[in-house]
Amino acid sequence: MSSVMVARIKQKRIAELISKGMRLDGRDITEYREVKLEMGVVERAEGSAHVRLGKTEVMVGIKIELGEPYADAPEQGVLTVNTELVPLASPSFEPGPPNENAIEIARVVDRGVRESKAIALEKLCAVPGKKVFVVFVDVYVLNHDGNLIDASALAALAALLNTKMRKYEVKDEGVKMKSGYTQLPVANHPIAVTLAKINDKLVVDPSLEEEQIMDARLTITTGKDGKVCAVQKGGYGYFTKGQILEAVIIAKEKAKELRKLVVKE
Amino acid sequence: MINLPTFYESRQLVTPGDLLAEGNYIAGDNTHKEDDKIYATRVGLVDCERRKISVTALKAFYVPSIGDTVVAKVAEVGVGGWMVDINAPHLAVLRASDVLDRPFRPQKNDLASLFDTGDLLIAKIVAYDRTRDPMLTVREPGLGKVTHGLVVEITPTKIPRVIGRKGSMINMIKKETRCRITLGQNGLILINGKTLEDEQIAAMAIRKIEKEAHTSGLTDRVTEMVRKEKGGVEHTSKEE
Amino acid sequence: MNIPRKKSEKLIDKNGIRADGRKPDELRPVKLEVGVLGNADGSAYFQQGKNKILAAVYGPQEVHPRHLTIPDRALIRCRYHMAPFSVDERKHPAPSRREIELSKVVRGALEPSVFVEYYPRTSIDIFTEVLQADGGTRCASITTASLALADAGIPMRDLVVACAAGKIDGQLVLDLNDVEDKMGEADMPVALMPNYNAITLLQMDGQLTSKDLEKVLNLALDGCKQLYILQKEALKSKYVAVKEEVKE
Repeated sequence: MSSVMVARIKQKRIAELISKGMRLDGRDITEYREVKLEMGVVERAEGSAHVRLGKTEVMVGIKIELGEPYADAPEQGVLTVNTELVPLASPSFEPGPPNENAIEIARVVDRGVRESKAIALEKLCAVPGKKVFVVFVDVYVLNHDGNLIDASALAALAALLNTKMRKYEVKDEGVKMKSGYTQLPVANHPIAVTLAKINDKLVVDPSLEEEQIMDARLTITTGKDGKVCAVQKGGYGYFTKGQILEAVIIAKEKAKELRKLVVKE
Repeated sequence: MINLPTFYESRQLVTPGDLLAEGNYIAGDNTHKEDDKIYATRVGLVDCERRKISVTALKAFYVPSIGDTVVAKVAEVGVGGWMVDINAPHLAVLRASDVLDRPFRPQKNDLASLFDTGDLLIAKIVAYDRTRDPMLTVREPGLGKVTHGLVVEITPTKIPRVIGRKGSMINMIKKETRCRITLGQNGLILINGKTLEDEQIAAMAIRKIEKEAHTSGLTDRVTEMVRKEKGGVEHTSKEE
Repeated sequence: MNIPRKKSEKLIDKNGIRADGRKPDELRPVKLEVGVLGNADGSAYFQQGKNKILAAVYGPQEVHPRHLTIPDRALIRCRYHMAPFSVDERKHPAPSRREIELSKVVRGALEPSVFVEYYPRTSIDIFTEVLQADGGTRCASITTASLALADAGIPMRDLVVACAAGKIDGQLVLDLNDVEDKMGEADMPVALMPNYNAITLLQMDGQLTSKDLEKVLNLALDGCKQLYILQKEALKSKYVAVKEEVKE
């Protein structure tokens, strides 16, 4: 629950505008805020990116370390996504372990990367059953002005595209690091698109104020082939089947646009 | 059985979400109107009177109403009064000024000696709205601390069934078991009888009413049961 | 101890029969019971194939801790939790990240059905415990918790019912069990308030074309509607039983 409440009079205004297809900041209901993307901002990390989506700011750092595989996937590397809602990002963020909101963002971003098979985890196995590479995707939210999921997913993808791994060789079941780097192979480019339902209308990329008055939100993640790899309904309202199908169409379109910003052809 | 101009028959069992009627009807108890449709919001028996559709809920918690008599338990002794459990979502407040005749001085000892945690009270709701806890009074005759008797709890929506048409059910039980019975609108019922057995029989009758509230012919069956139980008791005491 | 499944075993054979003998659009056998716990204000128990779910509701009641009280509506809190012995490899009792996310989405599925404005400054606490898990537990938890809410006498817009559908071995199927969920191509849990056509839970993981997504969604909604009938029967059953008893 945010302690930054939207004054009732402003809430009414936002809702009224949206019924007419307009938004407080002048955007169309299917328009994203301005996206600014910078890659390789943290040299000590294996990969990194900084995304600005309107005033929302998210930084993602990738660290790759040797670790043990999961018992049920001995020949696969490990992908783990964590999100920190850093207290400096919003008066409503408190210090402490990740709460349900942070966990939800992390798991939705994870789902997008994992289900789209963006990273071939089999290629990250050094010694089967014993030593694999663990890809840590740490999402750091620096300023919260709405739509943290899309910003985080975008930054995560950009960071992964920017990730370099040390070259290594396996000798006697031991892993020895060599000089030089290889690019982490990224096979798919999942993009999350979130729509909020306000007064029965679907608006893309909700701002913080819009999130505070929305009935519910729907995040749809699609891969570069247009296949849907993750869906997450959030909020405490509902959608009709028609709205969901409409959202999928919009999400595919917007994902194509956003993808162009991250993936240079 | 009256034929209702709705989708259900009178006194048919409905569940939350059931569409009861469509058109120019009024939403009664335990229903919700959206656009022109009236839906049930609780499990219960549907009925239609004039153009009002309502559902008699078979299970619901007590929501206080000004003027209700309640059987309640003291939960906390505070500084200015007591917090009282009236079997509702909120605790109720009984101010010290309601009970004391002299001007009130904050001495916690005084209050506990009047009503202590765990004491049973019969009280009346004098104030209640969405922004604050319900307020009680014990000033009227018949209200105040209860020192003996048996308390039975039933779901509050079935209190009218315990009363019966024009009091037929409750009067029968009182007469047959020779008990004084105070019905709290909050579902708590206080039974005071001449013997423990009489109190138990009254309690049995009330529990039977609660279980079978949605059936017909209940008054006859309860009367039969009470007389049978009473017949047994008198038999025993005569042998002594 | 379970022997690990060979990846080559098929989930669904060429006749369209699944490993557990079901047809593609067939639900697992279901048993629902309402009012099973003595202390809770409302409760229900659900068995769906090997899933065993228990749900309890306390409330509306005073909010503890006090500072969480909302002045104009009820606070809904929800806990989705799995018992340590509910899965093959013992699960640590502390809430995992998955349970925390699922507690959030289960709450999101149930809250739209409750008239929260009717009970300001109170809390309604929903607890679901998975005693045995075999896939689709978040859906089963929602279906069970909704019954517990109704059993508690809390006024509701509609019951909420949930069911998952997905894709296994290229075929679209209803109500995936654990193996089908893990080895299949996609799993989509859906929760529905049938009388309002309101979808209150929607998640998907896997890969689906938008055409298949629509088909899977329809399949899940169909499963929901079948379960809804059983939900209503479970709510009425004790009253129906008493009526039958009394007629004798």
